[in-house]
Amino acid sequence: MQSMSDLLLLGIALSDFAALGTSRLSACIRAVAWQGLLLGLLPLFLEDPRSWHVITLAAGTIAVKAVLLPRLLRWAMREASVRREVEPVVGYMTSLLLGFVALGVSFAVAQRLPTLEHAGLLIPTALLGLITGLIVLVTRHKAVNQVAGYLILENGIFLFGLTQLRRVPFLLEVGVLLDVFVGVFIMGIVVFHINREFDSISSAQLSELRDQ
Amino acid sequence: MPVFFAPLVFLLLVLGTAPLMPGIASRTKSLLTGRRGAPVWQLYADLWRLAQRGAVYSTTTTWVFRAAPVALLTAVLAAAALVPFDGHRSLVSFSGDAVAFAYVLGFGRFALVLGALDTGSSFEGMGASREVTFATAVEFGLLLSFAALVIATGEMSLTGMLGEPLAMRWPAATTSLILVAIGLFALLLAECARVPVDDPSTHLELTMVHEVMVLDHSGPDLALIAYAGAVKFALFGAVAAAVALPRATWSPMASALGLLGGMFLCSMAVGIVESSMARLRMVKVPLYIAGSVALGGFGLILLLR
Repeated sequence: MQSMSDLLLLGIALSDFAALGTSRLSACIRAVAWQGLLLGLLPLFLEDPRSWHVITLAAGTIAVKAVLLPRLLRWAMREASVRREVEPVVGYMTSLLLGFVALGVSFAVAQRLPTLEHAGLLIPTALLGLITGLIVLVTRHKAVNQVAGYLILENGIFLFGLTQLRRVPFLLEVGVLLDVFVGVFIMGIVVFHINREFDSISSAQLSELRDQ
Repeated sequence: MPVFFAPLVFLLLVLGTAPLMPGIASRTKSLLTGRRGAPVWQLYADLWRLAQRGAVYSTTTTWVFRAAPVALLTAVLAAAALVPFDGHRSLVSFSGDAVAFAYVLGFGRFALVLGALDTGSSFEGMGASREVTFATAVEFGLLLSFAALVIATGEMSLTGMLGEPLAMRWPAATTSLILVAIGLFALLLAECARVPVDDPSTHLELTMVHEVMVLDHSGPDLALIAYAGAVKFALFGAVAAAVALPRATWSPMASALGLLGGMFLCSMAVGIVESSMARLRMVKVPLYIAGSVALGGFGLILLLR
């Protein structure tokens, strides 16, 4: 069980790197979708797989994070007709290196955190997800990419939540899932409207907004 | 039986079967793309044909150009002597020979680059500059992977890093070692001039990397370079296979079969990669190499934990 969950966490970390290193929006969305799938499978290997709590959480996570949200993002990408991020603030090579630094930092920090139940890869991967999400969110211009970064960030927070799986009420987790879904849904609509208004979804253009 | 008998037999086995590896890769590629393709032993025939020809030397070249292929092959053979192919011991081993392995290969590349620059052709200079640019990054990745193995086993020589200590450590650190092995395989593609980095079947000077450096070599010299390339391919394949599945506890016969099987699977994987993706644009190659270095580094960080 332990090695299986380690393998899933490893996959999640690798998908973080994939999102950092790719210039194609569709590849970035695919990385986020894979991350959602692995994230959904993870509770099954961390806790007693037969409890309803865990099974519903896994099914809900996969449905929202691996199916619904990527589909929504693809829709937004198609509507805005963008394929790739042409000029990110920080180059792909540099962001990959930043991700590598983030990996080191998250492992170093995870060892210093006060005792948590799962000493394995869970905490470092969660931290890595947080930092990666932040990097993507800050360094990319295209709004679709920024939403993907937000999702990666949220996945990191979700991983943190898994350490407390037994103590957090089921309703709260489903509520968070729903919040994320609504959040990304609204972002998708906003992306669509930005595109219609400005003929581009580059958020750099938003700085030109001013009162009439 | 002298103690160096088994390593010597395994070394000769690898040196003898090395020309099969590019053959298997291209055969896999042909089968996957619906062609019949050249026979697996094509490179043996090519080497034989080239060896019988005379060499042509341009008047602008000096002894450096003539020495380059010999120096390259010597370096690759010296590196091969450091690898414990049977999973127990290598022909030559000393503390820190992993670093020697990387830099002996580096010396071979240096010789080839000097030979290419000696022709005075601008094309060869371009190819040499590309090769060196990518190779510096690959070398870093190789050393990082070896560092991961040093941390996993606590040994400083390839004999220990790929031998019994690795086999003892393997069950506890499978995930990180598999990561290192995948990273090594990705580096193999860059080091041996295979598809995402360089296309061995293209002959367009503008995009060639490795091929362009050997344009002026002919006859036996070209045969030496081609054979050295095949041996390097086999070396990397054998090291990646040994990291993915250490064979120290196997019987010699099973170990030999495991070695050949690993090399076979490795060349098949190269063929599959080549038929499923196009080569990357030149500007994307550093990103690819950084990704493969990151895999090795990832394994390293997991082992440090």
